[in-house]
Amino acid sequence: MEKLILRRVETDSEEMILNFGPQHPSTHGVINFLVETDGEVIRKAIPDVGYLHRSIEKIGEAVGYPGFMPFTDRVDYVAAMFANEGYAIAVEKLLKLEIPPRAQWLRAISCELCRIASHLISVGTMAMDIGAFTPMLHGVRERETINDLIEALCGARLTYNYHRIGGVAFDLPDGWRDRTLRFLDHFDKFLVEFDRLISFNEVYVKRLAKVAVIPGAMARDYGLSGPNLRASGVDFDVRRDLPYGAYPHLRFEVPVGRGFVGAVGDCFDRYYLRCLEMGQSSRIVRQALETVPEGEYMAKVPRRIKPEAGEAFSRVESARGQMSYYVVSDGTEKAWRVRARTGSFTAMGIVDAVSPGLMVADLVALIASLDVVAPEIDR
Amino acid sequence: MTNASPAPAKSAARHARRVLLLTLAVGLGLPLALFGGVLVLSPISGIAPEGWSEGRVLLLHALAVVVLAVVLVTFGAVISGMTVWWEMRVSSRMQSRVGYNRVGAAGFLQWIADAVKLLLKEDLVPADADQILFRAAPYFVLVGFALTFVALPFGEGLIAADLDVGIFYVLSVTALVVVGILLAGWASNSKWSLFGGMRAAAQVVSYEIPAGLAAMIPVLMAGTLSMQGIIRAQGPWPWQWFALESPFAGLAFVIFFTAQLAEGNRTPFDLPEAESELVAGYLSEYSSFRFAIYFLVEFGNLWVMSAVAVTLFFGGWQVPFAGPDVFAAARGAGAIPGPAWWGLEVLSLAVFVAKTAVVMNLIVWVRWTLPRIRVDQMMSLCWKYLVPFAFASLVGALFWQLLLTSVPAAGVVTGLLATASVLVGGYFFLRLTYRNIAAVGDRVDLSNW
Repeated sequence: MEKLILRRVETDSEEMILNFGPQHPSTHGVINFLVETDGEVIRKAIPDVGYLHRSIEKIGEAVGYPGFMPFTDRVDYVAAMFANEGYAIAVEKLLKLEIPPRAQWLRAISCELCRIASHLISVGTMAMDIGAFTPMLHGVRERETINDLIEALCGARLTYNYHRIGGVAFDLPDGWRDRTLRFLDHFDKFLVEFDRLISFNEVYVKRLAKVAVIPGAMARDYGLSGPNLRASGVDFDVRRDLPYGAYPHLRFEVPVGRGFVGAVGDCFDRYYLRCLEMGQSSRIVRQALETVPEGEYMAKVPRRIKPEAGEAFSRVESARGQMSYYVVSDGTEKAWRVRARTGSFTAMGIVDAVSPGLMVADLVALIASLDVVAPEIDR
Repeated sequence: MTNASPAPAKSAARHARRVLLLTLAVGLGLPLALFGGVLVLSPISGIAPEGWSEGRVLLLHALAVVVLAVVLVTFGAVISGMTVWWEMRVSSRMQSRVGYNRVGAAGFLQWIADAVKLLLKEDLVPADADQILFRAAPYFVLVGFALTFVALPFGEGLIAADLDVGIFYVLSVTALVVVGILLAGWASNSKWSLFGGMRAAAQVVSYEIPAGLAAMIPVLMAGTLSMQGIIRAQGPWPWQWFALESPFAGLAFVIFFTAQLAEGNRTPFDLPEAESELVAGYLSEYSSFRFAIYFLVEFGNLWVMSAVAVTLFFGGWQVPFAGPDVFAAARGAGAIPGPAWWGLEVLSLAVFVAKTAVVMNLIVWVRWTLPRIRVDQMMSLCWKYLVPFAFASLVGALFWQLLLTSVPAAGVVTGLLATASVLVGGYFFLRLTYRNIAAVGDRVDLSNW
């Protein structure tokens, strides 16, 4: 970055440095991109992160194990359920705790609903960044119903704090199952409508097909994960390949990018993969609601959580890739180290490599298609 | 409000009624007053009452022209405000939002509130901006917009000046808008503004060419550049409109409409102010009144675009069963036209306004449906598709005119066929819409309008 700023002095007026952010309508939060452009064509775009750093990992060392749970919501507030789950699983591994099956199922249900909500925001803002405002609000409308459902489940609409070390905070409310199934019936039709509304719109496809192609090998090298990785044709999903919770008992497919309209790993693949994943999530929620076992929803957890000295690592498949927590205990009531690994951060790294040669408008499409969320990058 | 006492309920009802009346007064009164002004003033500027000295007649004409100018520019401002309201209502219906509903009945007075808010904001000129050009740019835009009203035909006799070069004049003064936008982009001394300004220059200048070529086809068919002449060459019925009478004019309308969208910076061609890419493009550094001028022009241009399209392709103000002889008979021989003539003028004004509103609504639909295209795609659409097709349809229209001279019935047959196919297409469109709505489990519901 320093080099880029120095070059600004040396170059003549043919090229210019554009500060794309930190306050920009389409950086999805407070991110800055130092963009070196030649007219509309980008020579280089360097992501400059850190504007939203809130020392969440350090806070994990200051508050006790259960006390950190609400802070995990703030790691990724668009899909807070996964951050909850990842941290809960890591601490449960430290405590060597068995989770009752009902809690596992409730976690899967809440997480998949949350995935749908997060992907709706992702595909909606993507359409908005391309210039179509209407699909965004249609997506938000459906997300609103999910928010209502999750509010009925745990009382919060955005920062859920629903998962607990040892299970979940509340059982399913009365009538919730039928409400959810009714919503899913509607939602499956909505997905078809959404495709008709925007996905295969001629202008939209032209804007996204064969733009910012990330080949599979490159995606692996840069450590992309989740939908961004699968869109590049790499068939890897933590839920299926390293199963946790209720997922081994649920049947679902893992969509993989195959160049739906253009090349494998282009912006459209990353976009459309999320549309397909929403359909699969809907399928998972349906199955889980049918098969949810009776019983306790919370394991017997000691009042004072004080795990033995040791370390634990968890992986969950979040809406924006693999979300991992690494928790080190020194035998006291507070963690010695808490580390979160998020999908958005690794996705930011690839912008530098993919951006040369893109137009300014394509950079917007690339950022939107990587589905980065600023707080998840910086934590 | 379930257990509220009856007294506040009554006063709330009275309040709601007052709001409704006020809204109706503004919503109907303002346009009616302005249209009335146009109706009275435009014939006056051509009248010479008997017994008046030449000086008095000249004074009368000058006064009429000045007042007419004020009325027309005010009309531009009011219509752009009302367009904002209409656009917001339509888009909120399309997007499952509530939309404007606070100020006035159905939120109609929101545009007035918005304008007042904009005027009260701090008028900011960036320190590093070019002080003179930054201040001058909005006036270029406003002048380019306001001047078009000189040659816009509102009715049979309702035109400020029926220039011999009417459509040529309109296309040329509209080009002044891009000067203002380019100045704004340059003078703001901001990179985003510069991007917006350069995009606007490339876009508007390129799309002038297909627009101009497409506008040549009605000129060719009418044999005149005069706006009134072009309308008089068409008939009142759909099959007599140029767009449906000749297949080449139909193609020309599509090209013209697309090019006008691009010239008016409307989605899918809103690249110069592309919100998600360029923050606000050339508008980034503007605030307060100057910003309001840009917005006034952007939305007022919708009216101009639609009115020009209606004039060229959809028969303008032509009223069924009222040919030129009917107008002439109603006018009478006196200096002041007879009462029946005024009635006919109102009718023609209503026809023109209704057609223009339909085209405006079409533009609003397009804006809230389509995404934005990229800069290179915008250029390739213009130069690789619109320009060649415009040339081809111009040549086609020439041969069509030759055909018409030997087989005059061809025009009527094509017109009837085209009208029928538009009706059938419209039916299938509505049916598809209904099915799509039903497929999601929704129903067609207009009650909440």
